Amino acid sequence: MADSAAYFDTDIKDGILRLVARGDWRARSVGPIDSRLRDFADDSVGRDLVIDMAGVDRLDTTGAMMLQRTFFACDSRSSASKIVGANDAQRALMEQIQHHLAPCHIEPFHRNAFVAMLERLGQGVLDAYYAALELMSFIGATLATLWRVMTRPSHFRWTSTVHHMEEAGLDAIPIVGLMSFLIGAVVAFMGAKILRLFNADIFTVELVGIAVLREFGVLLSAILIAGRSGSAFTAQIGSMKIREEIDAMRVLGLDPMEVLVLPRVIALVIMLPVIAFIAAFLGVVGGALVADSVMDISIALFVARFEETIVINHFWAGIIKAPFFAFVIAVIGCFQGMEVEGSAESLGQRTTLSVVQALFLVIVIDAFFAMFYLEIDF
Amino acid sequence: MTALAQSKNHVIEVQGLTTQFGDVVIHDDLNINVHDGEILGVVGGSGTGKSVLMRAIIGLKRPSRGVVRVFGEDFYNVSKEVRLSIERRWGVLFQGGALFSSLTVAQNIMAPIREHLKIEEDLAKDMAALKISMVGLAAEAGAKYPSELSGGMKKRAGLARALALDPELVFLDEPTAGLDPIGAARFDELINYLKESLGLTVFMVTHDLDTLHATCDRVAVLAEKRVIACGPLDEVRRTDHPWVQEYFSGPRGRAALAAKAS
Repeated sequence: MADSAAYFDTDIKDGILRLVARGDWRARSVGPIDSRLRDFADDSVGRDLVIDMAGVDRLDTTGAMMLQRTFFACDSRSSASKIVGANDAQRALMEQIQHHLAPCHIEPFHRNAFVAMLERLGQGVLDAYYAALELMSFIGATLATLWRVMTRPSHFRWTSTVHHMEEAGLDAIPIVGLMSFLIGAVVAFMGAKILRLFNADIFTVELVGIAVLREFGVLLSAILIAGRSGSAFTAQIGSMKIREEIDAMRVLGLDPMEVLVLPRVIALVIMLPVIAFIAAFLGVVGGALVADSVMDISIALFVARFEETIVINHFWAGIIKAPFFAFVIAVIGCFQGMEVEGSAESLGQRTTLSVVQALFLVIVIDAFFAMFYLEIDF
Repeated sequence: MTALAQSKNHVIEVQGLTTQFGDVVIHDDLNINVHDGEILGVVGGSGTGKSVLMRAIIGLKRPSRGVVRVFGEDFYNVSKEVRLSIERRWGVLFQGGALFSSLTVAQNIMAPIREHLKIEEDLAKDMAALKISMVGLAAEAGAKYPSELSGGMKKRAGLARALALDPELVFLDEPTAGLDPIGAARFDELINYLKESLGLTVFMVTHDLDTLHATCDRVAVLAEKRVIACGPLDEVRRTDHPWVQEYFSGPRGRAALAAKAS
């Protein structure tokens, strides 16, 4: 059944305008004649019209709609106007369609772009304010739950905590380690290139040691964990929220803070220092290997110099930050998960937000630590 | 020649269909036909593969054996062009409506129109308005996003999109599930109205006994991995199979029958 096309002709018979429709008046074939038909309807507004459908082979709702539309644009109430030549099925369809000719709204209502921009700005400021308040209250609730569990240790979820230690901690070690190893190597390369200009190659050891121990080891671990586990926390808790599992927990007398949030927070607070330690170690190894291969600093010399110049404070300055980072990442991940509502889009937005906020706060806290260490000369 | 004549008034012919997920066999040598212009209701217990059958027919779940013929074409063994032309002649209403969440209702309906038909924007808008009105939605609903709609409105909007290209064949997956009884009854009326005014053929997966009574010309019962009974409702009800007996003669079955009789 090849598609034939839709045609129409207009003429004037006995002083009355006549539209003779022929062919295949269906959605897939009426496209080409639509604008011509509209022009015809515009030109003949208010006139009497006879539509002759005897030549119409096939008709669907779109074709019927176009014919009815034209009929009503002309003077349909006049007694001389009529639709002729339709078979029973076509007449029934035409009758049905005349009730459905009203136009509909297509796009949502848009207000003035400038006003909308101001409104979004104001809304954004308010949202940020409330989000900060809610985050504070969530941190408070986490700490309160921690206190409650500490006073009643039987409420502590060992299984869940250990599970998250494995999932968020242990499983992340290979990738964090590799990344840190490479960063240590890159720092050593930079040192080799620039310090050589001053004939100060040996200071590469201090460069690598201080940079990796104080900053890179812990910061890279935090960034990777925020992307890997913070988002996972949001997605896990958020999808439970969507499936009403959180509500089910509440009515069953289980505290979601205790069951879901606390194990994740504790697991990360324990595991991030461990990861940061391994990262720092591998970063130094990376630096040492580069120093050995590109410069005249043998592994033994590197180790000797390292022991001599790098005081233990550098290590502590880095590792002390890890639990703080971990707490922020875990709390924000869980908080954003709890804020998910309704739809899957909300889950996606919250997951993104969780990573962005966690990274932002990690860097802010890192900056505070840097200033603090400077003041106390640590 | 007789085979051809026969397949002419069978819009869908499924022969020897076997589908499986891994080792789990869902359908085993299943046969079912849908006649031109009828509403066929497919019923069966949970997990008997009603929705999978629908997905196998509309090309979303390739069967491991068997032939699916739609409009006389072997759907899984035809060229891409033929397949596309078949797809343009049917409309599918998924269980949750499956509306595109980033588009308004009207834009959802216009999406297939824009994709498949070479027509002007104005005509596409008129067609969307027509479909929205035909499924009983208010004109304002056209500008709403799916997230702003109730369950019943989503199904109506989904049906409007399924009807966008004026299909000859419509698949409905549990059209009344999740609707309140009044909304479900209205949806039944809508399906009947559309079938009569447009001459649609409808393949409907349902659980709803009232819908079966109100709309279906024939009923197919899925059990034991195949169709155990297929025919007019009164005939199927007399089938001597424990599930069929329990389904139609249980309290809900009797209530639906009584509602129909009164």
